[in-house]
Amino acid sequence: MALPKLKQEATEARLAAVALPAGGAWATGARRAALARVEAMGLPGRRDEYWRFTNPETLNAPEAPEAPAFDAGDEAPPFADVERLRIVFVDGVFDAAQSDPLAGEGLEIARLAEVAAHDIHWARELYGVLEAAGQHPVPRPLAALNTATAADGVVIRATAPVTRPVELVLLHRDSRADAALHHVIRVEEGAALTLLETGPGAARLNTVAEVDVAADAQFHHIRVQGRDHERRAVTGLFARIAARAVFKSFTLTFNGRLTRNEVVMDITGDDANAHVAGVALGDGPGFHHDDTVFITHGALAGESRQVFKKVLRNGATGVFQGKILVQPGAQQTDGYQISQSLLLDGDSSFLAKPELEIYADDVKCSHGSTSGAIDDHALYYLRSRGIPLVEAQDLLVLAFVAEALEEIADERLAADLHGRLEGWLRRHRG
Amino acid sequence: MLKIENLHVRLEEGGKEILKGLNLEVGDGEVHAVMGPNGSGKSTLSYTLSGRDGYEVTSGTALMGDTDLLAIDPEARAAAGLFLAFQYPVEIPGVGNMTFLRTALNAQKKARGEPGLSSAEFLKLIREKAKMLDIDAEMLKRPVNVGFSGGEKKRNEILQMAVLEPKMCILDETDSGLDVDAMKLVAEGVNALRGAGRSFLVITHYQRLLDHIRPDVVHIMADGRIVRSGGPELALEVENHGYADILREVA
Repeated sequence: MALPKLKQEATEARLAAVALPAGGAWATGARRAALARVEAMGLPGRRDEYWRFTNPETLNAPEAPEAPAFDAGDEAPPFADVERLRIVFVDGVFDAAQSDPLAGEGLEIARLAEVAAHDIHWARELYGVLEAAGQHPVPRPLAALNTATAADGVVIRATAPVTRPVELVLLHRDSRADAALHHVIRVEEGAALTLLETGPGAARLNTVAEVDVAADAQFHHIRVQGRDHERRAVTGLFARIAARAVFKSFTLTFNGRLTRNEVVMDITGDDANAHVAGVALGDGPGFHHDDTVFITHGALAGESRQVFKKVLRNGATGVFQGKILVQPGAQQTDGYQISQSLLLDGDSSFLAKPELEIYADDVKCSHGSTSGAIDDHALYYLRSRGIPLVEAQDLLVLAFVAEALEEIADERLAADLHGRLEGWLRRHRG
Repeated sequence: MLKIENLHVRLEEGGKEILKGLNLEVGDGEVHAVMGPNGSGKSTLSYTLSGRDGYEVTSGTALMGDTDLLAIDPEARAAAGLFLAFQYPVEIPGVGNMTFLRTALNAQKKARGEPGLSSAEFLKLIREKAKMLDIDAEMLKRPVNVGFSGGEKKRNEILQMAVLEPKMCILDETDSGLDVDAMKLVAEGVNALRGAGRSFLVITHYQRLLDHIRPDVVHIMADGRIVRSGGPELALEVENHGYADILREVA
């Protein structure tokens, strides 16, 4: 079927500007197949069902719009106190000098650029596979574009419970940098891995992570997207979650011109847990943050949670699109979805589209979406005890986002993020 | 301690006048009770003094010592030593009771130019005060007033009072919704704070709280004014005859 004219033009313009990276047979095959998916789907357009609230124009454009790198001054980077394995990319380019050796107990780590050059690698079982599976029923063309064009990323296999987190440090230097990174992660049966991801990565960043969590395995993902005000990001997290496995992903977003975080989770084994949560804080009309989630329950007694909180002020925009699909036979599913925004003034807006689609009769699914202002009564109560207005407001904002932060299992990591939230609130008063 | 003169207050929404020239003076270390029928303006008085939005002072003054209460923000009033024990304490999900109390205490100390308390110092202080009010550690860990029973909420108000050590305490129908045992506990908490120049304004419908917190002066409030003042016996008169007789007399 031919694409609509505008979509066709946007797609052709972008694809004319990209080249597939060189690689071995399997990688080239996967990239070509992904490119064919992009050509068939076309890049996103405003008329697409899941792009009505977010304008994809600057994500589609051949050139990344300019975004100066943000200078956080002498503030310590996230998780600076945590013993971790750091893998650094600057504007999407691997930086060996700043990275730790790619090795750790219970870990096999390599760069995509290296393994893609080989003729055979285990990553071929996953590269582009989970992304392609996640294209139905909702197309995600920018993720397919990533599979086709990303030249680098990390490929990680955890074979045992790994205590030392792996951090992808995504630095941004060049104000025109356009980066694509593609990660493939497999957590083997009974193994566990914590992946941290920090930084803006580029002026425009497109990341895809395909995560395969085997039976009885655990995967924890904690991401802090950079504070650069003009940066843009489109991310795709595709997870396959086997029996009794745990998948948890949390994202903290400050600032950014445009962020679209898509999460596609497929529960394929019984008694699995799939949690995704996020806190986004935006100040100003240039802030647009979009969380789009699709969870498929395809097995018995799966538990899924979506907890998203947004704090918006001075004309900022938040979007949430979350769907729970319970397939026939996925009995005893427990799906919970909450998406809330705190609008600190009358100019900001929140657009939400919660969806449930259930084909089993013994399930528990709930969803809620609210947007509102700070509770005046609570504010007065705090002030009547001597807490100054701005501090009282901050306390209530932190209370509002607490439910999402509680989704982070590791208290040290949660505490680090809590401190950053306090800092942001202090800087964005009045 | 507290001197209110010719206070006129109307609701910002709708413009209805609630306080119509109220005069009241509470001396240092004194306990005054304000009684009155529903709709006489008792809660408006407590909210106006503590600075809640929605109440417009059209004339009159309220001084606490030398502090012009009506000229400053609620938090500044608190730091100056004013405390309102709420009739309906507010539930604040996500804010721990301990965090709340420590933030409040240290904010007040900061406003007064005093050094703040460390975590350890604060913990010691609150344990001591909580024990007196039969408040367990579990209740301190929970979010402010969330899931508290009526009695627990009121005890939590008195705990805050004990920790913040205000000069002027207003108790707004603290007895409402309490059983006898809970009321006794609350009254004991209040009585323990009496003295040291600390003054109280106890707003209540009923005499029974005043059996436990003995007032020095009782005021009868009606239609936005104090219509009669007297000793503790005035409260008994209300208990025995209701407000109707008194209101007829002053009409």
